[in-house]
Amino acid sequence: MCSVCGCGTATIETTRKAGTPDHGHHHGHGHDHTHDHDHDHDHAHSHDHDHVHTPHGALDYGAGAAGAHAPGLTQERMVSIERDILSKNDGYARENRARLADRHVLALNFVSSPGSGKTTLLVRAIEDLKDKFDIAVIEGDQQTSNDAARIRATGAPAIQINTGKGCHLDAHMVGHALDDLPRQEGGLLFIENVGNLVCPAAFDLGEAHKVVVLSVTEGEDKPAKYPDMFAAADLMLLNKSDLLPHLDFDVGACLAAALRVNPRLQTLVVSARSGEGLAAFYAWIEARANGAKAP
Amino acid sequence: MHEMALTESIVDILQEEARRRAFSRVTLVRLEIGALGHVDPRALAFCFDAVSRGTIADGAALDIVSVPGQGWCFDCEKATPLEERFGACAHCGGRRVQMTSGDEMRVKEMEVE
Repeated sequence: MCSVCGCGTATIETTRKAGTPDHGHHHGHGHDHTHDHDHDHDHAHSHDHDHVHTPHGALDYGAGAAGAHAPGLTQERMVSIERDILSKNDGYARENRARLADRHVLALNFVSSPGSGKTTLLVRAIEDLKDKFDIAVIEGDQQTSNDAARIRATGAPAIQINTGKGCHLDAHMVGHALDDLPRQEGGLLFIENVGNLVCPAAFDLGEAHKVVVLSVTEGEDKPAKYPDMFAAADLMLLNKSDLLPHLDFDVGACLAAALRVNPRLQTLVVSARSGEGLAAFYAWIEARANGAKAP
Repeated sequence: MHEMALTESIVDILQEEARRRAFSRVTLVRLEIGALGHVDPRALAFCFDAVSRGTIADGAALDIVSVPGQGWCFDCEKATPLEERFGACAHCGGRRVQMTSGDEMRVKEMEVE
């Protein structure tokens, strides 16, 4: 699924030729790189693309829809397929998961509405954890490399994926971003999804856990309004707790709404600004990172 | 939500099947979409027209079969219809219900030439 969202404008700064939708992954990869960086492809993506690699390692999905029109008529017949619509994405997700497991990297997929403070939270977490872990980041946004620039300021490598009109990251984009990141042995991969409480829920990227970030300025009924995302997540961070004294936000009601949607959800109240609750978040990460390291 | 991306996946599947089974045109696509799933069937139909244009599925009819929501109640130990994804058991009102169907997103079959 190269031209994500059908909009024809997602960017990992990577280029697919129209009309050849064969996505078999095999060695020997042939996309047109408009730049020169070191690809440590231990699994090569040998397929045609809709995205252009641009100088900063961002991936750009900007080409139009593919179309292979084969004329010719034979008699009609019914063909039973029985294939899940998301099977392709899920296949790429499995590849990503296997690569990450092979390298003992713990991957977390951060999902939230726009403005919940994901990037600030990640910047803070990187600063606090970088002595302990090798950390890399994949940033997803419709446009701009602003977030990747903020991450790189911490010293951590970051790949920006611009989805164009797309409303979520998919596993295929993340696979390419993994190609372009420095190879990690152990450590953490933070994937910051496109700010959107709906679409990213359905797309497995190969992460170990989805972490949903909700901020206290958003209203406590968000889990009830957007249940799919809270159902898909394993951890909820209720962020911006430093603002609680100024708001009528009911933390208990919010957590109850989240747990109704997903009884297994773990929840932490945090503030990326004041640091409240972050120690517990880091402990949560550490416990799982050590798990990823174990053989 | 992301009906465009899903529709592209559908067309990808059709094109793969076309190569594998050697047909050149799809005249009807039948999907199973769960009533509790992420997908709005009307948006899917709209996107399908746009995305299939110029492909082997250009002009194909889209038949969307809705699969009703169903769950298993751990308290009653029987199946219950589900109106919403995290709904209560229709028999006892309990919430210990595991969804068993209703979030399908499948290409079921197609008519080809």
